[in-house]
Amino acid sequence: MKLSTNFVKDYVDIDDGDIEKIADDMTRVGNEYDSCGKLINATNLVIGEVKECEMHPDSDHLHVCKVDVGNEILQIVCGAPNVRKGLKVIVALVGAELPGDFKIKKGNIRGQESNGMLCSIAELGLENKFLTDADRDGIHELPQDAPVGGDPLKFMEMDDGVIDFELTANRGDLLSILGMAYELGAIYDKPVKEIETSHKEDGEDINKSFKLEINTENCELFLAKRVENVSIKESPAFIKNRLIASGIRPINNVVDISNYVMLETGQPLHYYDADTLKGKIEVRMAKEGEKLTTLDNIERTLSEDDIVISDGTKAIGLAGVMGGLDTEIEETTKNIIIESAIFNPVKIRQTSKKILRSEASSRFEKGLDPVRTYMAIERSCNLLEKYADAKVVTGLAKYDTTSKEDKEISITYEDINNLLGLEVPEKEVLEVFRKLGFKYKEEGKTIKVYVPTRRLDISIKEDLIEEVGRIYGVDNIEGKLPILPVRPGSYNKVPREIRNKMILLGLNETLSYILVNDKEASKFTLDEFEMVRLLDPMTEERNTLRYSMIPSLLKIYEYNKAHNVKDVSIFEIGKGFYKKNGEYGEDSKLCVLMSGEYYLGVDNRKQVDFYIIKGIAEELLNYLGYENRYSFVAGNIPQEFHPGQTAQIVVNGKQVGIVGRVHPTVSKEPVYVMEINLDLLLEIKTGKMKYKEISKFPSIKKDLAVIAEKNLASEEIAKIIKKAAGNLLKSTDVFDVYTGENVEKGKKSIAYSLEFEAQDRTLTDDEINDILNKIIQAIEKQGMEIRK
Amino acid sequence: MKEQIEQISKNAKEEIANVKDVKELSDLKVKYLGKKGELTAVLRGMGALTPEERPIIGSLVNVVRDELEKLIEEKEEQYKAEELTKKLEEEKIDITLPGTKIKTGSKHPVNRIIEEIEDLFVSMGYDVVDGPELETDEYCFERLNLPKGHPARDMQDSFYVSPEYLLRTQTSAVQARVMMANEEKTPIRVICPGKTYRRDDDATHSHQFGQVEGLVIDKNISLADLKGTLEIFVKKMLGENSKLRFRPSYFPFTEPSYEVDVSCFKCGGKGCNLCKQTGWIEVLGSGMVHPNVLKMNGYDPEKYTGFAFGTGLDRLAMFKYGITDIRYLYTNDVRFLKQFDRKD
Repeated sequence: MKLSTNFVKDYVDIDDGDIEKIADDMTRVGNEYDSCGKLINATNLVIGEVKECEMHPDSDHLHVCKVDVGNEILQIVCGAPNVRKGLKVIVALVGAELPGDFKIKKGNIRGQESNGMLCSIAELGLENKFLTDADRDGIHELPQDAPVGGDPLKFMEMDDGVIDFELTANRGDLLSILGMAYELGAIYDKPVKEIETSHKEDGEDINKSFKLEINTENCELFLAKRVENVSIKESPAFIKNRLIASGIRPINNVVDISNYVMLETGQPLHYYDADTLKGKIEVRMAKEGEKLTTLDNIERTLSEDDIVISDGTKAIGLAGVMGGLDTEIEETTKNIIIESAIFNPVKIRQTSKKILRSEASSRFEKGLDPVRTYMAIERSCNLLEKYADAKVVTGLAKYDTTSKEDKEISITYEDINNLLGLEVPEKEVLEVFRKLGFKYKEEGKTIKVYVPTRRLDISIKEDLIEEVGRIYGVDNIEGKLPILPVRPGSYNKVPREIRNKMILLGLNETLSYILVNDKEASKFTLDEFEMVRLLDPMTEERNTLRYSMIPSLLKIYEYNKAHNVKDVSIFEIGKGFYKKNGEYGEDSKLCVLMSGEYYLGVDNRKQVDFYIIKGIAEELLNYLGYENRYSFVAGNIPQEFHPGQTAQIVVNGKQVGIVGRVHPTVSKEPVYVMEINLDLLLEIKTGKMKYKEISKFPSIKKDLAVIAEKNLASEEIAKIIKKAAGNLLKSTDVFDVYTGENVEKGKKSIAYSLEFEAQDRTLTDDEINDILNKIIQAIEKQGMEIRK
Repeated sequence: MKEQIEQISKNAKEEIANVKDVKELSDLKVKYLGKKGELTAVLRGMGALTPEERPIIGSLVNVVRDELEKLIEEKEEQYKAEELTKKLEEEKIDITLPGTKIKTGSKHPVNRIIEEIEDLFVSMGYDVVDGPELETDEYCFERLNLPKGHPARDMQDSFYVSPEYLLRTQTSAVQARVMMANEEKTPIRVICPGKTYRRDDDATHSHQFGQVEGLVIDKNISLADLKGTLEIFVKKMLGENSKLRFRPSYFPFTEPSYEVDVSCFKCGGKGCNLCKQTGWIEVLGSGMVHPNVLKMNGYDPEKYTGFAFGTGLDRLAMFKYGITDIRYLYTNDVRFLKQFDRKD
């Protein structure tokens, strides 16, 4: 809402010398602003009269003028085609500053001295949409009664201030000059002046010739008046300028008056050309598929949720949103039916969202004060009579189900002080209500407050407490901490522990978008689920909620690759979404992506491969307490993975994740990913961490190389070794896998480092050899051999 | 014989003093003290001596042997020390070369902020709770005093996936869940950090962003309690010198409602481009829990009052680390991420 300070000064006596102070004071009571300043941001302007006007000797379009600015005659060179002797003009003197950082200096134009500039309205910085053709083509021509030497902005009534407020959704009442006047009145303790609505009425009562029919509960108040014989012309300057200051383009006096009254009262009005109606207005819901051509000459197809105005046979307007083309006010219009009404805000909001958000609809959808509905229609008659020579027809056609009683709310001083945590003196509380223009009655410690209908936002005592806080000020509340029992707070530590572990493993944490394209949302999984799509996505690129996080992390990888960052080791904990059996659900997941080089401890840079990312998975699972309870299983791999370098992660026999290389058709560069469903994993209980006694006796290491079929999983050999060795075998590590010379084709050699240890004695060579023999026998029994 | 011993001693001492390297020294040791050495030879010839002479000569030989052994040992020590010095000299490296890169990973700035906030509030006895990101209209709006058709729903145009389900537009949705889940309707002290989503796509807004919500419900909770709590919060996050300004505002789930401005931490309130010359930066939304919200979620507003507050995590991260563009938080350039691997 753009507030014109000249406009509001009609109703409340404020000093707008320091407009920023007004804006800041309004901010303090809860009304934020976006910008504030003068309507015309130009200095050093004066009214001048062109005394002489000669062609410039060295130019075919410039004129050299002698301009009387009151106290002196200035020579000014001017290029406007309409400059001529006798014209009253706006002169920007030397030293003037015009919008766009344009400073006027003493100059010399093609040999002729020039001491200032003759201005057009455009040069004064008015937005393009407010300019007429004449404004664009030449300098502004002031009327002959303009006083030479005077202030042209003041003369044109353009010496206005504008504050552009960003109002909160509950303060529909502030979308009006009157509402703003009450608010400013409360801040500066000034009374609000009455609006002038008086006018003459003549002729047969409107209700004799005009019928109103309301056939929907979505219209609670409808008023109509008839005015005749209007003369359509340009509006007076003050109306035009105040509309401009408020951001509305002037059209003609009649249209401007309807907008002017809307700005003043907050009540949107609609004018119908009475001669295009059939003596009747009906308000009803539209029929499904009903057609209406609106003012903007677009044929609209309506639905049962749209409120329409009808002439009894067909729709002639979309209530609260836009009028119809057929009944529009035109240059030739003589007689007018004025509509002032209140419609269901929710319906208006829905319709306007489909069609157009306008100044009118934004007011309807926040709710209106029925007192203003009456006020606006009378005010409209007052102005039409004054500025459009209208004859107002006697009477008012009305349909009214509203209450215009003040709302009574009881409140105690204790209520106020308890909620604010502040001792507001009783006198100050009453002062707040008085300043706001609320009537009240004190009954002991209880105050009965009568809230006027204009304040639709106030309905319970907490709303009144907010008013006290707003106007009295909450700056003097001393902050304290709530007195609550001491207790330990809690949080879910596990995600943080996982995060810290991944960071220690050298991975960088990311934060990715959950919205992806529907083509990606079903990838990297074989799970059965229904994708979750947005009903109304912003872009097709992001129209579905991800199930797997891998597509999100792959996007991050692609971004980095495109920026020449090739070593990417990242992870994220986030959500994956699905619908199963008609129910929506979401799971917490951990996703890791690795590509390029990985720094592994000191001086050990390695190109990422399957075993590195598997090592990360193992380290994490061990850390979380699942040591010896997980396995990596081949087979049953989604097609986006490399079939030979991918494994399911199985913990306690349950598949909780997947780890492997992205299929070369998906990513040409080797990229490895891992995803674990944390909800599934963390369901599996783990024991507490416990210290294991360190053996006081030395352990003994022995190496053993096994030659086996190339395709045999090494895990199988490890199982045989462990089983044969018994509990003195402390660890089994693979330190080499070899194929090639000295190893038969189709076979591989796997070298194990075995560590033996007992808690109670130093193992003897005989004992160790005994175990080794058992292992060798077990291996040979399986058809494998020991490499010598 | 005595003369012979003294001559040996004299010769040996001279030779030891003039020795040139370890090899010569070791040869001398053999020459004089070895099994076939000169002194040993003398001892062997002692058979020819009288019983009276034997102990005298024997002890003389021992004295000389000890003397020579000591001298040789000293010389040996000297050679060892020289050798070590030489070796150390050879082992000298350029200590100004850079250390080996040992890199751990890094935590995302938004999660750093979340952890900092969690730690602060947990220390004050709050529980950290979470709720679904795919939320129902009921919990995201209806139970927060935002019925269908409410104009304030415009402020947060939403991503619906069905008529009833949407991506939550605010962590406030968790408020209603916590209140409803607390069957005994006992006091509540929680914060809920998390991801939120709105149909916003301009330069300063991301359609996905982080929020944290705080909720306290008990008997006798007042605006002063909210103010005191937020003062601690803001000072911890944005600096001890921060000043707060409560500006009346409107949220459907609180009444009264306040936006909280913080004195600009860049210019200290003098006015700069960050605070758009106002000296203040809007940081939080807050207020006293609306009686309708208490009632709808099972708390008697005649008995209980409460406060709630919420703030954007992305903005806090940007303020705290001086990040100039919100998109950096979501593009995840590894060069950006790697910077966040040090303490605050």
